[in-house]
Amino acid sequence: MTGSQEKSRRTFLAATVAGFGAVALAPGLHLIALSHAGAPRAAGEPASSKVRWGMLIDTTKCASGCDACVKACNTENGINETVADARQGSQWIRKIDLKDQKTGRTHSLPMLCQHCEHPPCVDVCPTGASMKRADGIVLVDRHICIGCRYCMMACPFKARSLVHQPLTEQNPEVPRGVGCVESCTFCVHRVDKGQQPACVEACPEGAMVFGDLNDPKSAISLRLAQEASTQVRADLKLNQGVRYQGI
Amino acid sequence: MAFAQNPRAEERMFYLLVALGGLVTAAGLGAALYMEHAGHVVTGMNNQIVWGLPHVFAIFLIVAASGVLNVASIGSVFGKAVYKPRAPLSGLLALTMLAGGLAVIMLDLGRADRLIVAMTHFNPTSVFGWNVILYPGFFAIVGLYLWTLMDRAMNPYAKPAGIAAFLWRLILTTGTGSIFGFLVARQAYQSAVIAPMFIILSFCWGLAVFLIVQKVMYAWNGLELDMRIRNRLKNLLGVFVAAAAYFVAVYHLTNLYFAKEMAFERFILLEGGLFPFLFWGGYVFLGTLLPLILLYVPAISRVRGSAFLASLLVILGAFAFLYVFIIGGQVFPLDLFPGYEVTSSFMDGKIDSYAPRWPEILLAVSGLGMTFLFVTIGVRIFKFLPQDDLAKLEGSGALHD
Repeated sequence: MTGSQEKSRRTFLAATVAGFGAVALAPGLHLIALSHAGAPRAAGEPASSKVRWGMLIDTTKCASGCDACVKACNTENGINETVADARQGSQWIRKIDLKDQKTGRTHSLPMLCQHCEHPPCVDVCPTGASMKRADGIVLVDRHICIGCRYCMMACPFKARSLVHQPLTEQNPEVPRGVGCVESCTFCVHRVDKGQQPACVEACPEGAMVFGDLNDPKSAISLRLAQEASTQVRADLKLNQGVRYQGI
Repeated sequence: MAFAQNPRAEERMFYLLVALGGLVTAAGLGAALYMEHAGHVVTGMNNQIVWGLPHVFAIFLIVAASGVLNVASIGSVFGKAVYKPRAPLSGLLALTMLAGGLAVIMLDLGRADRLIVAMTHFNPTSVFGWNVILYPGFFAIVGLYLWTLMDRAMNPYAKPAGIAAFLWRLILTTGTGSIFGFLVARQAYQSAVIAPMFIILSFCWGLAVFLIVQKVMYAWNGLELDMRIRNRLKNLLGVFVAAAAYFVAVYHLTNLYFAKEMAFERFILLEGGLFPFLFWGGYVFLGTLLPLILLYVPAISRVRGSAFLASLLVILGAFAFLYVFIIGGQVFPLDLFPGYEVTSSFMDGKIDSYAPRWPEILLAVSGLGMTFLFVTIGVRIFKFLPQDDLAKLEGSGALHD
């Protein structure tokens, strides 16, 4: 066996071992990635309807007064403008405190776009700027939103905001613009990279679980199968992607 | 104020009115430019009170625009001779009011510069989307209808054009009402009765506008409307006022009895400060009861000017009604968690308030300014003054049926 033959044999062996190793390990690595969020989506590859992104919020773990999710959302999405009237500012996620009128029992929870299966905002949008991605994430196309605010009138959760003033210092991955309506995107730019939404990552209590509702083995599906959960305003039959536990 | 003997004074007055309408319009356009440049932060509107004063004015103009066409429809579609000479003015008012209302809505958009996007991207499930077709269609059909009315060669086509315009306007107002009727999220809206309620309100407001414009035009020309014709028109207005009040009552009863929106109704009808005041004082008393007295109590209704005053009051009531309906509906919090007391950083569980600021006030009023400007110029250039051939009407018995 000549030196060059030996070299090519070694290269072949190494490649084969690496190949087998990759084949053996990849599903495991893939599963680990999925258990966190999802596999990263290659640029140009369309979102798949096989996935339905959802979120489960455990209100028993969510502390009143804690707004780590709100802060993380604002930082991640470049929501940093100051407004004299808070009602004119963007609130992609807000904390709501509840007190049962009869029993006095209290709850605290974050309210955000509920990423409905049948989103009223998408129904009413005159231009189609409000849209639902194949994987269930409800978004606004900034290029064709005309700022009519009909979606804000239609949203049962008050989850949408109009940008009331010109913006600076934006996050390049999260385009925003004056005169357009916006809302929580489930941090779509992170989810597409296989990461978790910023709020989920920031929650100190681990009260938020994000994942694929269509995958029976995902952490969120397993939790939903075991624990009782509700949808806010379930009477509207919108089949939201965001579910709450403990209320 | 008859100018028949003094054409120079008449001309001066015309230019003064054009200047007035132009000034109000220009102020509104300036305000819109400012809002476009600085963003909606300069208005009193926000993420809770999403639609404000511009929408109150625009929706009045759009609803009344379709209603004012009713005068023409009664002549062309239902063959009532008294209404036929009034059809051209009715058509002109319909077009100009719709133009004024739409201009305000478009200029209030967050991205008013994207008008072309609105016209080239169409979502068939959106009631707003339907309106993108319904409004231009209304312009086209009413424009055609006006042509058949005003060009003798086209007269034979007036009836089919009138029928088309009548049907189109019914669909159009159904669309305007359904903008609110299909909003399932909010206690104030989400009701199928809103579309027919808007149709009857449009009959009422449109006829009131027509009577005011007609009265002013007659006075300008030193004429007086024949009492018998005037009585027919004022009786019709009375019927519309009463019918509208019936629908408004049904709408509130539906909310109370069927949808159990007790808290909202208590707010809007009893405890909501400005809103119950505007509803009972503005819409019910000034806009409904007083006009009915002015129109139907014989000793009062015979007095010249009573129908004119009733019409003015109906319009005042219309604005009160729309303010309560649009602003009051948004001031009241959404009920996301029934049975819970709710607090948050974003007005959850709290009753909000709305204070319009000057940019949106100027923009809102400019809708009226634009309509006024177009009508003033229109009635001077073309023959829109309703002229009655009384002998012919009497001979045919049209004044007695």
